[in-house]
This record gives sequence, C-alpha cells and structure tokens, in this order.
Amino acid sequence: LAPWIPVVGLEIHAQISSNSKLFSGSQVQFAAPPNSLVSFFDASLPGTLPVLNRRCVEAAVMTGLALNCSINKKSLFDRKHYFYADLPAGYQITQQRVPIAVNGSLSYSLCIDNKMSQMVTKTVRIKQIQLEQDSGKSLHDDARSQTLVDLNRAGVGLMEVVMEPDMCCGEEAAAAVRELQLILQTLGSSQAVMAEGQLRVDANVSVHHPGEPYGVRTEVKNINSIRFLAKAVDYEIQRQIEELENGGIILNETRAYDSKLGCTVPMRDKEGKQDYRFMPEPNLPPLILYDAKSLPANMNHQQVINIDWIHERLPDLPRVRREKLVEQYGILPEHSFTLLNEDGLAEFFENVVKQTQMKPKKVIGWILNDLLSYLKEHSLTVKESPVSSFLLADLLNLLEKKEISSTAAKRVLAELWKGEGKTPLEIVKEQKLELLQDQKELEQICQEVIDGQEDE
Amino acid sequence: QKVSVEVLDHLEHLALVDFRDWEGVERLQKAIQFADQLQEVNTDGVEPMDSVLEDRCLYLREDDVTEGNCTKELLENAREKVEEYFVAPPGNIPLPKLEERETFLQGS
Repeated sequence: LAPWIPVVGLEIHAQISSNSKLFSGSQVQFAAPPNSLVSFFDASLPGTLPVLNRRCVEAAVMTGLALNCSINKKSLFDRKHYFYADLPAGYQITQQRVPIAVNGSLSYSLCIDNKMSQMVTKTVRIKQIQLEQDSGKSLHDDARSQTLVDLNRAGVGLMEVVMEPDMCCGEEAAAAVRELQLILQTLGSSQAVMAEGQLRVDANVSVHHPGEPYGVRTEVKNINSIRFLAKAVDYEIQRQIEELENGGIILNETRAYDSKLGCTVPMRDKEGKQDYRFMPEPNLPPLILYDAKSLPANMNHQQVINIDWIHERLPDLPRVRREKLVEQYGILPEHSFTLLNEDGLAEFFENVVKQTQMKPKKVIGWILNDLLSYLKEHSLTVKESPVSSFLLADLLNLLEKKEISSTAAKRVLAELWKGEGKTPLEIVKEQKLELLQDQKELEQICQEVIDGQEDE
Repeated sequence: QKVSVEVLDHLEHLALVDFRDWEGVERLQKAIQFADQLQEVNTDGVEPMDSVLEDRCLYLREDDVTEGNCTKELLENAREKVEEYFVAPPGNIPLPKLEERETFLQGS
C-alpha cells in the first residue's frame, strides 16, 4: 500500500482584546445579560454606519509584526454575504481582497517521541491576517424548535489568521496553535482563551500519495480545545485514508468534530459551495497605515497609525523569552518551554531565584517536579498555589544552608501545601527535621544505637 | 443574450428575491444591458477604482465604550422574544422548491 501524506491547514479566529467593538462603541465582554451589549449598528438597524476602532487596527498590526508578516500599508474592507439569524446585516464586514497583513511565519516546537529532551523546531507559513466582525450567538432550542439569538458578540473585532497547509498531523496543528496562543497573550492583542470562544480553530484536512496532487480537503469545525484539535485532525486524517483505501471518495464538505464520540460528522445547514457575493464595503475608505518614512506632517496623531512605532514597542515574544531564560539561568531549553507553557510559572521561578541562594539549575527541579506536579494533581493554576514563591524560596534556603536534608525538604513542602500559614522553619522545628551538625551529638546517638543492639 | 433560468434560480437563492413575473425578469435584463455599456470604455493600463471614497481618510475611533445597554428598545422590534433573546427558526428555512414557488421561473 502506497504511503499517505496528510496535509493540514488552519483558519484561526482570535477575538481582539479591546474595550469596544470593531465598528461600534458597544462593550466587549463575556457573559453579560443577553442583548445588553448591542448598539443600533450591531443590530443592523437602518441608518447606522461602521466606524473603525483604532485599537483593533493596532492589535492586528502587532500580531502581523510578531508573525513576521508584511503589513499592507493600504488594506480594504469587503462584505461577505450569507443568511443566518445571528448575522443581522446579512453580511459580515471582512478583508477579502487586501488584508492588513500577509506572508508571515510562525515557529513552534515539538517533542519527538514524547521526550521533552528531544525538541525539534518547525515552521508554518502565515498566509494572511485579516480584520473582521464576529457574529452573534445562536442558542439552539431543539425542544421548542427555535433558535434564541444573542447579539452581544455581534460586531466584536476578530483577527483571522490563516496558516498554510504546512502541517501534517494533529500534534503539529496543536503545537502551532499553542504557540500562537502564547504569542497573542504576550502581545495582549487577544486573551485567546479557547474556552471563552476567544480563540476558534477550523482545520482543513486532506491526504494524498507522494508525487500526486493534493487530495480533496474537508473543513473541520466545532473544535473547542487544543487537545480536541489534535484528536479531530488525526481522526479526520484516518477517516479519509480509510475511505480512500476502501475505494470511496472524499467530499469537499464541512464536518463538525463531536468530542463525545471522538469523530467528525457532516454538518447540516452547509449546503454545497457557498457564493458569498463579495463586494467592497461602500461605507469604509481604504485603511492607510504609515511608517517612520511616510508619516504625514500635518495629521492629527490620533488618526495616524505608525507601524514602526508599534514595532519598537513589541514585547519579548515567547521564543525570545525562552532563550533569555536559558541564557540567564543556565536551564535547559525544555525547562524554559515548560515554564512558559504554564501561566505565571516563569515569573514564579524567577521570583524564587531572586529570593534564594540556591542555584537556578537546582531551583528549576523543585519548580518543575515538585511544584508543578502538585498543582497539576490538584488542578490548580500557579496563581492559586497555596505555596508562594516567598515560602518556597525560604524552604530552599534551609536546604541550601544544609539545615535540612533533601528528604526533609520534601516533607516540609508536603506540609506547606496544606496552606496552614506555617513557615518552613516552624514546620522543621515541629517535626524535628533539623540536620544534626554537632559531631558530638551524632557520636552519642550512634553509640546509643550500638548499645541498644548489644542489649538484644 | 438572455439570463439563464439557472442563474435566475441561483440569484433567487442568494438574494431571496422573487422574479415573480416576466416584467421582473425583463427589468433585470435591462439593468444588465445598461451596466454592460461600461464594457465599451477602454480601461487599458487604468487601475480599477472600487470606491469613490478612496481618497478620503478612514476615521479611527478611540476604544471607548459609548453605546449599548438598550436591550428594551432593540427588543421592541422583535415579533417574538424569550427572556431578552431574539427568537428565530431552528435553522435557515430553505427556499421552497421551484414547483412550490409562485415564481416567474415556473413558466419558463
């Protein structure tokens, strides 16, 4: 049987972190009373017009720069038409012809064979980033055969990031999305929390034999976590291979991932190929961005977005931060990977290092083995840790000064997890865990043991 | 050159218009003919213009919350509501089949 090459591309929608929406002044907030965050424009009442939010443009430029894109100094807005109850205007304002950023790349790391010590770097090309509106939310009430519509989300700004089909499996797709999530969170352009719908991923999957053209692709939607993304992609690859090996064909269709059943199913309501009748958005002139060279002299600075100004103020991206951690503290690359993978863990580590004499190379063991495994066991975030960096540093100092043994330190830590407010020193004294340093005392104890043996 | 029945059906699905009688279709044909006059203009070497606003400045708004909080007003437009949600049918209602529609296309 000839080998199959799976091909995976991704379309990722990231909700922009902003106070108000892309084209209106209503608030952006998760979980508010239905239809309370909706302006007349969002509800598509006649006589309303879109007004572009500056912050959303800046977020898209930052993201484009972080992903090594070319920023289009002139980009355009278009209307994409389709009918759905949560799209009151009957069209979405998007950037189909000339998006704000194109031709970038994203590097991400993978463990070979699940061994953290063998990490390989891969790259996926970013086709483009475009600004567009989010739709409202439909709650399906099958019992009463109706749909309830909440427009709070309608009009919220989105950045659609299109990743070229450079990935080959669920693991790569998941790793790429995870890295994008970290980048977005570092930039602050999106909080990218998948559980709150701030990051939505659709996967495009196809398979083909080496040397042959790409196969028919399917689009997989309804993926609600990074873990499910990997599973959904791998399932779809397998499904397509089995279908083709059994003489079947792959339809160019949209499928939904069912996390309970662990499979993809064809989606209803997606009849054939859609004709979106793209047309230029007549109410918005082109979006013009400037750089240091092209900065206009006499314009109100609030109306000007300077790409170079934004570039200079980009924070250290995860990749750079990892390299700095390795360089500064002498830890291994896979350690820095884990540090950045848990929200707040890197700061915790650095705080402990600041407050202890123990070498960072030793501290990292306590952070990754003891602290992290405890947090994972009890499903706690770093912020929720009952043991603060101050307490841990305190404990590690006792160990470093050889006042307690390593075994004793682990016992003290176990006690500290209870969060009863005791200091490490108090626990050491309570449980009599001090290392005896006095030579004479040690001799006396040994003698007592030997004497005890002789008596039996 | 007439607009084909397939195109008319496609347009009816996309735009939910109903070319109810021959007059409606004639009007469409005339509109297309009128627009086709554009083809007579020589546009070699001319960049397409897609908006007369192309030289205008796109106004950028500050990211402040200035609107919303008008649930009651918005719901006044709704024929049906459930606890401040708009009510819609369970999914898109497909256009009835050709035979079931009172459309011009019936007679063609």
